[in-house]
Amino acid sequence: MAEPMKIRAAMQGDKVEVKVLMSHIMETGQRKDAKGANIPAHFIQNVTAVHNGKTVLAAQWGPSVSTNPFLSFRFKGGKPGEKVAITWTDNKGDKRTDEATISG
Amino acid sequence: MNIQRRQALKSSGGMAVLAVAVVAGLVRPQDALAADWNGAAFATKTVADTVKAMGGGVSADSKDIQITAPDIAENGMVVPISVSSNLAKTQSISILVEKNPNTLSASFDIPEGTDAFVQTRVKMGQSSNVYAVVRADGKYYTAVKEIKVTLGGCGG
Repeated sequence: MAEPMKIRAAMQGDKVEVKVLMSHIMETGQRKDAKGANIPAHFIQNVTAVHNGKTVLAAQWGPSVSTNPFLSFRFKGGKPGEKVAITWTDNKGDKRTDEATISG
Repeated sequence: MNIQRRQALKSSGGMAVLAVAVVAGLVRPQDALAADWNGAAFATKTVADTVKAMGGGVSADSKDIQITAPDIAENGMVVPISVSSNLAKTQSISILVEKNPNTLSASFDIPEGTDAFVQTRVKMGQSSNVYAVVRADGKYYTAVKEIKVTLGGCGG
């Protein structure tokens, strides 16, 4: 089971700035192990951010996003105390959702 | 069997299912695209092919797109890149690394109300041009920045 994400959501003027640090190996599929066999790719494919039932960001990623991916974005319409939920799904079907409360 | 062929087979299989679903009226195309993973685009090896696989034709250079990234990245495993667009009706932002084994690194759908800005970190195998491809009002625009990498982030 994957480690929880670290999510920070804070008001920046009238917008909410969200910063997410995910814990994922993001294996490219390009590397070989000590015996020369390919290490299969294992990476996050989809990321969605939802606020009050509305998707505020949807991402598709390839294996070239860095290990333990970082993501930052801003959206309008959020208020302190409300929640932002981030979900990722990887190419093996693993999934994780975490939530953060918007701070003022 | 080589992996690229397998990926191609897998993604074309996925596309067929998707096409059937669209024809059957089960999903509207824009929903399907948002929910799915565009395997075809992630398998491309050139910038032009990637834009094509994302559904774009010719893309125009635009000064309204800013790529913020270091000129020299010491560690290709972790290259911080942020892209912002001043183009009206920006719908998506994609980050492409020209000389990586597969060009497309990440693609972001920007719904209304969300700033046309994303920041993330990508791997770079070697020094390369990094492209930001922005879809705004149905058209495609690009910006480019060269990033030199001291230590590659692929292979090893």
